[in-house]
Amino acid sequence: MIKRSYWSLPYLIFMVVFVVLPLLLIVLYAFQDGAGHFTLSNITRFFTDSDSLSTFALSIEVAIENTLICILLGYPAAWILANRNLNRSAVTVMLFIMPMWINALMRTLATAELFNILGFTLGKGTLLFGMVYDYIPFMIYPIYNTLLKMDKSYAEAAEDLGATPWKVFWKVTVPLSVPGVMSGVLMVFMPTVSTFAISEFLTNNKIKLFGTIIQENINSSMWNYGAALAFIMLLIIGITTLFNDNKETQAEGGLI
Amino acid sequence: MKKVLAKAYLYLLLAMLYAPLVFIAIFSFTESRVLGNWTGFSTKLYVNLFTGGMNGGSALLAAVENTLLIALISAAFATLLGTVAAIGIYNLKGRKKAGMQFLNNIPMINPDIITGVSLFLLFVFLGVSQGYLTVILAHITFCTPYVVLSVMPKLAQMNPNIYEAALDLGATPSQALRKVLVPELRPGMISGFILAFTMSLDDFAVTFFTRGTIGLETLSTYIYADARKGGLTPELRPLMTIIFLIVLILLVVVNMRREKMNKAK
Repeated sequence: MIKRSYWSLPYLIFMVVFVVLPLLLIVLYAFQDGAGHFTLSNITRFFTDSDSLSTFALSIEVAIENTLICILLGYPAAWILANRNLNRSAVTVMLFIMPMWINALMRTLATAELFNILGFTLGKGTLLFGMVYDYIPFMIYPIYNTLLKMDKSYAEAAEDLGATPWKVFWKVTVPLSVPGVMSGVLMVFMPTVSTFAISEFLTNNKIKLFGTIIQENINSSMWNYGAALAFIMLLIIGITTLFNDNKETQAEGGLI
Repeated sequence: MKKVLAKAYLYLLLAMLYAPLVFIAIFSFTESRVLGNWTGFSTKLYVNLFTGGMNGGSALLAAVENTLLIALISAAFATLLGTVAAIGIYNLKGRKKAGMQFLNNIPMINPDIITGVSLFLLFVFLGVSQGYLTVILAHITFCTPYVVLSVMPKLAQMNPNIYEAALDLGATPSQALRKVLVPELRPGMISGFILAFTMSLDDFAVTFFTRGTIGLETLSTYIYADARKGGLTPELRPLMTIIFLIVLILLVVVNMRREKMNKAK
């Protein structure tokens, strides 16, 4: 009988072909010119092109703002939902999770249409609001999960030892919920930087984010420059995941 | 007082989250081509949607069909590949196991656009013409890790000896697989399948980059193309409303079943 560990072989081969090789191709194309010769010009082009740089800076700015607003609005909601004295309804929890299950493009389009009808000019304000609307469930859910699983005896011990509720919250609950927040940040920050359809809908194509310029280059057959931009994004992902190597926080969201 | 404030906050947030969806649902029941213009109650848009009596005929329905078909096929293959992989990874040790788990994490960490662009370059590099097949392969790529993660906990809960016990008692390996291993892993496989299915339904960016130029449209790419043209197809309103209701009903059923099971325990 073959060893059962060999059962991972088909997946290993599949992953090498469809995950590792494609990522290597991004690097390969990023350092090639149209004729297939090695070049650094794609990378230097990004760092000398003020349009690309300002788009990049704006994407990071919007992503940071979006993430912060999601934490500010989402944390209290997650805390209330996980608090047995304030909320016992599983339906309310479900209602907060449900948007994650509906096609993001559909929800974004609905939001953009509502903005239009209400007479808001589509621009940075609507972009940010729409992004928060799209991503806040992905922040609430992991925080809610961590708070729910948290051992209540720590908070009780702090109370018994004379801490005020305010102190218990800041010194016990918040630090213990950091993994949930980090998982939420992971699910909000990078998708915000890389999205293109969402930002195009919400600003009527007026504001470009980093994802949009990658998409435009790839679609107009400028594969090498597109690959270079994707490579730069890969570097950022590498850096953000290094800061977040806690195993528990990975892949916690998105589950039912 | 605190309770009232807490509830008020939750409901305010929910109102914000659902306002656009409710707005679309309300205006799915009027004939007006222009959104936000109420011209009296009508179910004409629903009729149009299902009979193809709209601009572009049944293109929207075809897109829905493609989306469901791609999601079904991708999720089925992902479940098969992911379950076999999970059994293999579970039986690996040390660095090999860590390596496979790291590999499994990559597609989950990568944003859609990276997965999409990298697979696009792969298909260009290999000279594969893009269409249904490449979209399905791409969807299997980003769905399978979720199946692996859903099945792994079931393997950890399982008694590792029962498979060998079945073999000792005279079952053939395939019988032991079907009658012992699969039933034990089934809950994990089902939740993995559901997860893969919804990931595939939701996808836009990966499909966008791997569908080629044969005119293959899924719901997401249809909406994207439609929005870029400017005028939003009015029949999308009833479609969104229906999808919204299906998801709502499914989640209510799943949650009620889970609560029942929790009580039974």
